[in-house]
Amino acid sequence: MTDALPDGVERRRFDGAERLATRGEPVYGEPTDREWRAWNPDRSKLGAMLELGMDVGLAGGDEETVLYLGAASGTTVSHVADFAGPTYAVEFAARPTRDLLSAAESRPRLFPLLADARKPETYAHVVEADVDAVVQDVATRGQARVALENRRFLADDGRLLLAVKARSEDVTRDPEDVFADVREELAEGYEILEQERLEPHHADHLGIVARPLEG
Amino acid sequence: MTTTDPANAGWFSEADPDDPESAAEAVRDGSADEPRDWPALAVEAGFADDEDEYYDALKEATTAATRAAVTEREAADDRQLVHAVRAMDDCERTANELAERLAEWGGTVDPDVGTGIDYARELAARDGNGADLPGDGGDRIRSLAERVADLADEAEDLREFVERQTPTVAPNLAALAGPVLAARLISLAGGLEELAKKPSGTVQVLGAEDALFAHLRGHAPSPKHGVIYVHDAVRGTRPEDRGSAARAVAGKLSIAARVDHYSGERKPELDAELEERIETIRARADGDDAATGGEGDD
Repeated sequence: MTDALPDGVERRRFDGAERLATRGEPVYGEPTDREWRAWNPDRSKLGAMLELGMDVGLAGGDEETVLYLGAASGTTVSHVADFAGPTYAVEFAARPTRDLLSAAESRPRLFPLLADARKPETYAHVVEADVDAVVQDVATRGQARVALENRRFLADDGRLLLAVKARSEDVTRDPEDVFADVREELAEGYEILEQERLEPHHADHLGIVARPLEG
Repeated sequence: MTTTDPANAGWFSEADPDDPESAAEAVRDGSADEPRDWPALAVEAGFADDEDEYYDALKEATTAATRAAVTEREAADDRQLVHAVRAMDDCERTANELAERLAEWGGTVDPDVGTGIDYARELAARDGNGADLPGDGGDRIRSLAERVADLADEAEDLREFVERQTPTVAPNLAALAGPVLAARLISLAGGLEELAKKPSGTVQVLGAEDALFAHLRGHAPSPKHGVIYVHDAVRGTRPEDRGSAARAVAGKLSIAARVDHYSGERKPELDAELEERIETIRARADGDDAATGGEGDD
């Protein structure tokens, strides 16, 4: 367990409890304390990974670039944009993207994209190369494949921060078997540095920190 | 540096810095095999004076592009589906009606008369200009058969379209109900949003409006199910428990419609929950067989 939070992310007290927080406009009705807003790990896989003390390797700051796959309504990616620099948010479903657009409004370096994370060529003309982190939270089958396809965006010393949802691969199988398959496929392009189940914040999810293999 | 290879050019190469619309279009319609250091390349190409200005332009372009794409997708998809499934039903019904008429007419002159759409297809495919049908009506019968076969083909194409389109409009509902039933429910409710806002009791009897109003006027029992009757979980359950099954199916389908409308994220656990609930309901039959006369409703 390390507790190296990125710059711009702090543990602060909200209503007597210590919680993760970033500075920015509130997005989903989260508690605020002046310019700080609480980051709810029960609604955010990356938040849970930080809460559980995983070493996500994010430094924070205006120079840090992030590609976020599966941005949904912008709950997590809004926090990322609060502490990082240019942040590309890819989401495929139209309905949540409408909310993502409003979350992005007050964040000048959060770029919303309606695109399919399984088809990186449809946004490679917009998303810059060598981003510092690819954060992935897509609820589709083939989550390892999505991570491999998007490795092209990642800097050599960048990090993949992946939340694997077992139920998206196969609801009937034991989550541990699903995770084993995902890890095996992921090994084609990544070295896993750390992994942890995201309970109690998210059932049947595995948080993975990985770095790209060369070549 | 400028790249002439369009397969590996940034969005800004097609965009005019002073024309936000062209920039949004370039974001939406462009593509590249590999990402590159776009901010630096854009500054080099003179698209922006510095990276800050580039990012400001990118922000404007991505926001406009995404807003336009969202509006288009949301406005179009469920309305298209409603029309497609209604057209499909109309084509099927009309093809069947005409096929009956055709079989009746054909029976007067054709010794090999068959029934239904199959007969229409067979007749339409016969070689030789309808000459093998005697009488002045032969050509007309043959021509009618061709129309029926075409109409049946159109119905099939429409069904394929609905099956392909529904999962993108309503992924959870399509998975739980099957794409065609899902589209029919959306059509009966008048749209996905409208379906998402209906209580599950209404979803349960969508398509059984006649029976429902007869019940409300006081001279009929309440209908147990509307179009969800065609769902395996309802039809495949014994009649005593069909009401419970219909209620369970309607409950999960309404949740699926709400998830599809308000979130759009696929939740496979809904499938498992419905399956589990139906198994419990069907297990009552086993219990009754064993105990001869178990207790009633849940």
